[in-house]
Amino acid sequence: MSSLRNNLRAAGARAWIRVVAANRELSWVWFETFLPALTTACYVFIYRAMGAAPEFESYVILGGIMIGFWLNVLWGMAAQFFWEKDMGNLDIYMMAPISRMAILLGMALGGMTGTAMRSVVILLLGIFAFRVRFEVAGLATAFGIFLLTMASLYGLGMMLSSLFLLFGRGAQRWAEAAQEPIYLLAGFYFPVRNLGFGVAAAASLFPLALGIDAMRQTALGSRAGFLPVGVEAAALAALTVLFGLLARTMLRTMENRAKTEGKLTLKWQ
Amino acid sequence: MDPAIRTQDLTRIYRKARSRGEPQGEFRALDGVNLEVRPGELFGLLGPNGAGKSTLIKILSTLLFPTSGLAQVCGLDVVKQCEQVRERINMVSGGEPSGYGLLTIREQLWVFSQLYGLTTKTALERIDRALEQYGLANDAGTKINRLSTGMRQKMNLIRGFMTNPTVLFLDEPTLGLDVHIARQTRDYIRSWMAEDRSRTILLTTHYMAEAEDLCDRVAIIHAGKIRACDTPANLIAAFRRETVFELTLAGLDGRAAELRNLAGVTVVRLDSDPAAGRTTVRLSMPDDAALPAVLGGIAGLGGRILNLSKNEVTLEDVFVGIAGRSFADAEKQEE
Repeated sequence: MSSLRNNLRAAGARAWIRVVAANRELSWVWFETFLPALTTACYVFIYRAMGAAPEFESYVILGGIMIGFWLNVLWGMAAQFFWEKDMGNLDIYMMAPISRMAILLGMALGGMTGTAMRSVVILLLGIFAFRVRFEVAGLATAFGIFLLTMASLYGLGMMLSSLFLLFGRGAQRWAEAAQEPIYLLAGFYFPVRNLGFGVAAAASLFPLALGIDAMRQTALGSRAGFLPVGVEAAALAALTVLFGLLARTMLRTMENRAKTEGKLTLKWQ
Repeated sequence: MDPAIRTQDLTRIYRKARSRGEPQGEFRALDGVNLEVRPGELFGLLGPNGAGKSTLIKILSTLLFPTSGLAQVCGLDVVKQCEQVRERINMVSGGEPSGYGLLTIREQLWVFSQLYGLTTKTALERIDRALEQYGLANDAGTKINRLSTGMRQKMNLIRGFMTNPTVLFLDEPTLGLDVHIARQTRDYIRSWMAEDRSRTILLTTHYMAEAEDLCDRVAIIHAGKIRACDTPANLIAAFRRETVFELTLAGLDGRAAELRNLAGVTVVRLDSDPAAGRTTVRLSMPDDAALPAVLGGIAGLGGRILNLSKNEVTLEDVFVGIAGRSFADAEKQEE
């Protein structure tokens, strides 16, 4: 019990750093909210110019909301161990009597706060500038799907962070390489079923592909869903468990390898 | 009672990255280290850069696996029982750039206290007390990105002390600090130890005077091996049969390095200042009788004696006696 309390304390403190740092350097509001909103607006205008059905504009808005969470997982969480090592903080976390997952949870929660702001701006843009209509009856289910998506997405982030623990800058290149393909595979700007069944099924290993698709079906009444909402929710739940277990194992394995190879700390001698 | 720290045949080998056309190399950072530190001791690990001090501390603080051998802290194996070990230790490195620039000193320390399960009330009480004791109270609200090296190091030390570890590892805690802050730091270390006699500190340093001043016992480490281990007084007493002279010389005109070839003496330290035309050399010799021959050798090199003094043996002389070379030379060899 005290171990759980200590880990929650640690997670809370790590999340607090993100929140307080964001409040003290407000330039991020411009870069993290206004500029991404422009990209989303750009896709809306593309659909309008093509004369596509109005629901496609709604799909884009929802995709734009979720992109921020992917970027947060990739750069604000998975890569964070690398940055912590670079700043000289990793030693401090690694020799503390707490779970590594508590630290990552703190990074995730702190990062979500900033990402939520970006998402709200895009949501407001959608509602007031582009007249996006939501299915009120489906909002509760959509919120549940959103939480499941976040749980599995951040579980994936914890797995990725173990790679950064060992490979450092090398892992950063993989992350850079993964960023853009995920924009395609997750269907941020279009219904994922347009990729064809095989590719969409493979893309479903990435939680955002299923999560966005299910939220479009529940919150926007999309009839262009890839799989039934219940199946997608079950798959997300399974991915959450799978990624959580894998993250725990991978973090331990990669930490042990880093300790064997002397890669956990900057000062090796 | 278990020793606070115990190592047995502890060895750590690093694999060096393969260079083009060369086979993969190895670097033996620790080579069969046997060490025992008693509870309540302020124990110094003295050696030049590259001697293996930081590697030993990284292993004991669960950040690095040994290649072979045993390492225990409070009777617990640092590999197999690392989680229990972590509850009992903390570590601070000199020159540590850690922290988050946008946080203040007090906030930063609070964040790190939360990794050790301290309640906010307890943590802030301890932090405020430590800031007061260490002369940082007026800077508690200063952001980390505005701290000088000395202030940052003081904050790092408080981070290590505030969790009240049973065993605290200090890796070159006064590295890069000015004389005044280094003295403050040594005073703070002493007062922290005096508060609770069960506390143990393992301190690494390559400042001889610091080890002599602070430590109950000292181990001299060189090239990954422990060469001697005793109280500073005993180590010095064992070498007191040697006689140490310090000379300031002029007129050597670039031949200062040849002083190392003088027969019958060991050069402990050699500092040349070509701009001023002066060289200071510290020599150790078996007895005074060798002095006339040495002075003749210096005259043969064209050197004129500006000052000559007979000195007390220090830990630096002990190191040279054990390792056969000065700290500076040992560091050059490691490079």
